[in-house]
Amino acid sequence: MDRKQRAELVRHFTNAIPYSRALDMRLDELGDGDAVISMPYDSRFVGDPDTGVIHGGAVSALMDTTGGAAVMSHPDAPVVTATLDLRIDYMRAAVPGQRIVCRAECYHVTRSVAFIRAVAHDDDSENPIATANGAFTADSGKITKRSAGAPA
Amino acid sequence: MKRPEPVQVVKERRDSALAALVERVPYIGFLGVHFDRRGDELTAVLPFSDTLVGNPALPAIHGGVTASFLEITSIIELGWMLMWEEIEGGGLSAADISAETMPRLPKTIDFTVDYLRSGLPRDAYARARVNRSGRRYASVHVEAWQDNRSRMFAQATGHFLMPPPRDG
Repeated sequence: MDRKQRAELVRHFTNAIPYSRALDMRLDELGDGDAVISMPYDSRFVGDPDTGVIHGGAVSALMDTTGGAAVMSHPDAPVVTATLDLRIDYMRAAVPGQRIVCRAECYHVTRSVAFIRAVAHDDDSENPIATANGAFTADSGKITKRSAGAPA
Repeated sequence: MKRPEPVQVVKERRDSALAALVERVPYIGFLGVHFDRRGDELTAVLPFSDTLVGNPALPAIHGGVTASFLEITSIIELGWMLMWEEIEGGGLSAADISAETMPRLPKTIDFTVDYLRSGLPRDAYARARVNRSGRRYASVHVEAWQDNRSRMFAQATGHFLMPPPRDG
């Protein structure tokens, strides 16, 4: 599968995820092992009625989706993946009314696991609202040339 | 000796306090989560719906839905703990419960989700346990299951910043 075919497949798959559609997510960028996905502010996603701030769970969903897209776009990973674990640290509340943008990078792939890190921000891109680290499955059912002999 | 309160008064106070806590959060309604109560014990229920899917080929529940469900369960458990003190300590009656009198919700500091097996296209349940709750910080563990209570499909641990009291 060449680069273009993979990108097309990942785009198609990501845009078809029902819950990502429910949260109105948009795939903004897709590279070789990295992805940018954003989500609009919506009063239905609010978690704190006192401040109007978006629920952490909606941010988790955005970061999980972006992490998954980063894994699938990686040349050494299979185009099917599932989250094994995801840790999110919340730096500050997202400003109500602003779009949330998440950038994820798949920084290492073994023959069974893909590791990602992700950052989410609102209009102030210098000041993250959350960061995430995660492990995803990367089980292709066959040993690829690049990963043969690699640990794990 | 003081007579115990009539059971319906106790139930009404607790049920309306819980409803007020949950109904104020739009995202809980968006996801369709509701809570069952037995005394002070809460069980979160996530009814399955096609919009919750993350992998249509299987189909499996979206990892972000699972994370959301677990985080909602944790925050409501903490909020309920604060609320319980207010309503059972004699401070608040059912009629007094309003947006102004309710405790503010805790804020998530970090949240780590462990995905144990894929979420099947059916209802899910979760219970949270507050392992430590101080004046400023709380640590919560939460478990989610579907058909069998003993077969979790996900668990999470999170740290939360506790709200300052309403009155200063």
